[in-house]
Amino acid sequence: MPPANHLAPRTLTEGAPPDAADLLRRMWEIRHFENEVMSLFSQNLVRGSTHLCQGQEAVSVGVCWDLRHSDQMTCTYRGHGAVLAKGAPLDGSFGEILGRKIGLCGGKGGSMHLTDVSVGALGSNAIVGAHLPIAVGAALSSQVQGRDDVSVAILGDGATNIGAFHESLNMAAIWKLPVVFVIENNQYGEYSPLASTTPINDLVRRADSYGMPGVLVDGNDVVAVRSVMKDAVAHARAGLGPTLIEASTYRQVGHSRSDPATYRPEGELEKWLARDPLTQLGSAMVASGAATDEHLVEIENSAKADVLAALDRALTSPIPDDGLRFKDVFV
Amino acid sequence: MTTTYNYRQIISKAIADEMRADDDVILFGEDVAAAGGAFKTTPGLFEEFGPNRIRDTPISEQAIVGAALGAAMTGLRPVAEVMFADFAGVAFDQIANQVAKYRYMTNGQVRVPLVIRMANGAGSGFGAQHSQSAENWFLNIPGLKIVTPGTVADVYGLLRASIRDDNPVLFFEHKNLFAIKGEVARVESEIVPLGQAAVVREGVDITVVASQLMRHRAMEAAEALAAEGISLEVIDPRTIVPFDDATVLESLRRTSRLMVVQEGPRDGSWGSSLVSRIVTENFETLDAPPVVLSSENTPVPYASNLEDLWLTSVAEIVDAARLQVRY
Repeated sequence: MPPANHLAPRTLTEGAPPDAADLLRRMWEIRHFENEVMSLFSQNLVRGSTHLCQGQEAVSVGVCWDLRHSDQMTCTYRGHGAVLAKGAPLDGSFGEILGRKIGLCGGKGGSMHLTDVSVGALGSNAIVGAHLPIAVGAALSSQVQGRDDVSVAILGDGATNIGAFHESLNMAAIWKLPVVFVIENNQYGEYSPLASTTPINDLVRRADSYGMPGVLVDGNDVVAVRSVMKDAVAHARAGLGPTLIEASTYRQVGHSRSDPATYRPEGELEKWLARDPLTQLGSAMVASGAATDEHLVEIENSAKADVLAALDRALTSPIPDDGLRFKDVFV
Repeated sequence: MTTTYNYRQIISKAIADEMRADDDVILFGEDVAAAGGAFKTTPGLFEEFGPNRIRDTPISEQAIVGAALGAAMTGLRPVAEVMFADFAGVAFDQIANQVAKYRYMTNGQVRVPLVIRMANGAGSGFGAQHSQSAENWFLNIPGLKIVTPGTVADVYGLLRASIRDDNPVLFFEHKNLFAIKGEVARVESEIVPLGQAAVVREGVDITVVASQLMRHRAMEAAEALAAEGISLEVIDPRTIVPFDDATVLESLRRTSRLMVVQEGPRDGSWGSSLVSRIVTENFETLDAPPVVLSSENTPVPYASNLEDLWLTSVAEIVDAARLQVRY
């Protein structure tokens, strides 16, 4: 059941949109950001673990592109891309992962807790599914206070099997809350392929259980993601309630830094690399005459230069003051 | 002008007074609206404030607590009800990992002004999954304030203060005290700041620290012991986090004997923590080993005689006090 005002989504096959260059640039920023984080890890500059999103940039950017800063977004620990797409600065995001003063959370959060309230990136969460009730609560605020802000929860396919997912969709539906749930189906819950943990292939069917619209979209097509998101957000702003979107995509890297992803069937990665979201957008731009191959290289280089400059600022930022650890337990 | 209320009635009065003062205060939970609460603690609120601010929820404790968190960070002051405190177990992640840590992990980017109200305690034959004193579960989690009122006036004053607090507050209402009565004026001056214990009976021989049901039993014991010349000073901590050590210490400097009476097993309890702090930081105030009277170290049994034995009795407090003054 699609949203009330839903038509077939626009897709890349219809050509690149006028602001395609901006979309592509943002996706390159995320790609290079993640590549740099991977490299920082191998240099032992990042502690703990980290969860990267190369291959999933079209979901982050397509979901967040048309949101306002007053719209709240919560996401998973694989959330660097979503938080950057919502508008968090590159240097603060690097700084947080590096545990520096410049970090979005002053170095107290880390890779799995990137949060920038000033742009409506209300939080990345390290507990699977725990951010869904929080997005529901942000939508409740909007409804109680009579605002037309929406909230968005970006979750993984694995989160559709945890209780908080079901409680959240149900509560959002009965109260007709302005929230959009986006399943970023990257085919694996940690090391386990979807089919081994979930008895249905199309996760979007779970929308039916909660009487809400559900839309399946190609998560590697940024134009299509943006299009279905636009409908779902309009539906929510109009007071018509929540929508469940399933964006089908692929995690081009392992679950975390310790995972070489040897469990993938042969040829699967190559198949998805051929559908890389950045390449697809670039090809569409060239095909529709919106850009030349040289333009595409310029866009990537300019994004990469910004990422590297931001990384420099983060690396030269001091570590947090010792006293910071006692701050903000309470107001 | 004061009016007499019981502990059950004053809960809705306190919420209503805060809701009239602040449009951002809302209440939701299972059966709190149309039915007026499973314990009839919220009657009349739905009728006065309507369905936007007073909401019945599905039986979904994770969503209830998580939604309260999301709402608190984006402009509201939600009061969420988790019907029995035992059900906090269902929402443990939201309370322990989300609510308690959100402000800290984000370096103070958010405030979390929410209250989670829960019905606490044993003595009513509800069995092991509906009778626990769950406040101790949360002692080891920095970032949560914990409030345990034992009187009608304290419910009123502490609940209003909890709703106004910019931090998350776990507010425990004791099921076995719902019928007790007390006088409240329902004015601003009756708001009780969090973190202030009350000396509820003055005495010279033993400082007895007891909360909720045990506070009332300690008062009965004090009355009985007065007849034989043993004088108990009874302190109700009222707030478990932050705990008012100063009031206890001030009392100990006069009595030099410390007794804790608490509901629930001893290990990992606020009473054990209090004794640990006093012994390690203020040992010189003590002339006798501290006494900790707790419930038996088992789940709460159902049968009337077994549940009575599980809870510390007035007689046990009296006996322990007689021994402690002779040390």
